[in-house]
Amino acid sequence: MATPTDGELFAIHPMDQFAVESLSGHGGPAGLAGIGMFTNQMLWLAITVLAIAALFVLGSRGRAMVPSRIQSVGELMYGFIYKMVEDVAGRDAIRFFPCIMTLFTFILFANLLALIPTSFSITSHIAVTGVLAMLVFLGVTVLGFILNGAKFLKLFWADEAPLALRPVLAVIELISYFVRPVSHSIRLGANLMAGHAVLKVFAGFAGGLAVLTYGPGAIVPIVAISAMYGLELLVAVVQAYVFTILTCVYLKDALHPGH
Amino acid sequence: MEGDIAAMGAYLGAGFSAIGMGLAGIGVGNVAANFLSGALRNPAAAGEQTATLFIGIAFAEALGIFSFLVALLLMFAV
Repeated sequence: MATPTDGELFAIHPMDQFAVESLSGHGGPAGLAGIGMFTNQMLWLAITVLAIAALFVLGSRGRAMVPSRIQSVGELMYGFIYKMVEDVAGRDAIRFFPCIMTLFTFILFANLLALIPTSFSITSHIAVTGVLAMLVFLGVTVLGFILNGAKFLKLFWADEAPLALRPVLAVIELISYFVRPVSHSIRLGANLMAGHAVLKVFAGFAGGLAVLTYGPGAIVPIVAISAMYGLELLVAVVQAYVFTILTCVYLKDALHPGH
Repeated sequence: MEGDIAAMGAYLGAGFSAIGMGLAGIGVGNVAANFLSGALRNPAAAGEQTATLFIGIAFAEALGIFSFLVALLLMFAV
């Protein structure tokens, strides 16, 4: 963490919040320092998983006909994702519903927990979103070949196009297929990172203006932070939704490669 | 000195690649605007198409993300 010195009283360090730090001192022997280390990232991953488990365990405990508040939250999420899988990926994709539900709840909770002040935003790290996206990409590709065999390659061969155009289209389709995990992961990570960095920049303005004007000047950036925070809440939910719906789209390609 | 010039080029390139994000913004705005004008003509059919809207926005946004990727590569990898 940077501590302000005389020369850089107003210096803003918007990226410091993403630093992965050890909470348990240094880990293993030299060269293996990462082993046995408990970082803030691991802490917030654990909190995310516990929060999801708490919601669904508490929500499904009563199973009342007239749902309690927590039960209806769980039911709404379940129904929302169920309908999305059914609509976007088709009826026969329902057997992959648990996986997609897990993805959605994990990303949603990670995004929302990251908005708690002084918390750590795990989904703003490309390392985390990259693993999720690679998981989806490899899973969908392997699934496509298992279910369809070599017919899966028809995904790249547009039958309805003129014959001369087909090889060109095949190359483009192939590139766009392999770019999927990149865009899928960076969309989520970059959106979260940019939003949190903007919040931090405005917070830096508030501090600087409070010092310069002895207080009242800080009102403008604080109002701006409040507005940005509302936008970030929306972004957190929308990005979780977009990640999930794209997973459904890719899954549909694997189940029905013939367009 | 030579390294300074190379670093300047990399940072300038990273800055220029931010233009791509603005262009992606135009694309996303187009998708949303066309959806809205269609939805206002036929509100009954709009609800089912929100999923399509988000898919369209996601694909339009993906190319803006690549400009961000270029900026990251220029700043940290080159």
